[in-house]
Amino acid sequence: METFKLTVNCQQKDVTVDPSTPLLWVLREDLKMSGTKYGCGIAACGACTVHVGGVPTRSCVLPISLVGERPVVTIEAMSNDTIGRVVEEAWESEDVVQCGYCQSGQIMSAVALLKATPKPTDKDIEESMGGNLCRCGTYVRIRQAIKAAARQLG
Amino acid sequence: MMRLGPTLLLGVLLLAIVSIGAASREQGDTPDRETTPNRPAGLAAWQKIYSVMSHPRCINCHTASDYPEQGDDRHRHLFNVVRGPDGKGVPALQCATCHRQANADSTGVPGAPDWHLAPLSMRWQDAADRILPSSAVCKTVSDPAKNGGLDGAALIKHHQTELVKWAWKPGLRNDGSARSVPPIDYEEFMVATREWVQAGMPCTK
Repeated sequence: METFKLTVNCQQKDVTVDPSTPLLWVLREDLKMSGTKYGCGIAACGACTVHVGGVPTRSCVLPISLVGERPVVTIEAMSNDTIGRVVEEAWESEDVVQCGYCQSGQIMSAVALLKATPKPTDKDIEESMGGNLCRCGTYVRIRQAIKAAARQLG
Repeated sequence: MMRLGPTLLLGVLLLAIVSIGAASREQGDTPDRETTPNRPAGLAAWQKIYSVMSHPRCINCHTASDYPEQGDDRHRHLFNVVRGPDGKGVPALQCATCHRQANADSTGVPGAPDWHLAPLSMRWQDAADRILPSSAVCKTVSDPAKNGGLDGAALIKHHQTELVKWAWKPGLRNDGSARSVPPIDYEEFMVATREWVQAGMPCTK
């Protein structure tokens, strides 16, 4: 066991865990932040996506020992993020969600896309969101919501 | 005029010599590459280098396609991963979305500093994902127009980066088994690299 000092959603957190523990389980089990979801555990579905140092990151495969001093931002902070709030509003207005399990990861990836590419094309959206799977098949509405958010952000 | 004649002639001659030299350098080839007495040794060294470069740990990221490859069977990278404009993926699906500065052996994700795909100019495969022959890879690696402007000394330095060294310490798969490594060890690879460079980076026809 080892103690790690993390910055999660602008707050300092100390956790004492095995260094090999994936960030996902530190968030969910130690910090009780259950907005980030466990999907596949092998980075294949994107449900666990958070931002680490500004990079959209599959938290299920990132050992806590490799986080370092980079700040972690999760779905819980998106309502306080300029782009995150607009994306969440677009998700509601476009009625994207069906079962909703994958949506926190979808939103974290969509926010990362819009931060880098304010006016994404269909190709941009398909390439960036291609690693986020949705068993309900809400892909069309996800694309509509990203475009709606891009228009809103102007 | 009579007094300027020899000077003018000498100037024209010098200009011609300089122009021929510049043309030779622009072609990226020097007479040494074809005539050096070290050529056989250099070619032998190159074959050792090629045995490394054509190994999956290296060639999986020297593709001719819009995606990297994975595994010893060199299958297309899972999860819809794409190359992106700078070889580091796209905004929401970057190489760094999973690959960090070191191997994550507890989760089976390999990593090293500056994880990225080689540029298309440094592809060592064809469009059908077949590995290019030794001579073609040699010409690509030794051509500054394709290799990012690297001369021999810079190539040696490139082979000393952590990303290249990663091929010999590629970590564990997510089932806990060890990834395979190139057929010769790193020290032998570097000896071969230096021999090849010192021989003028020769390639077979």
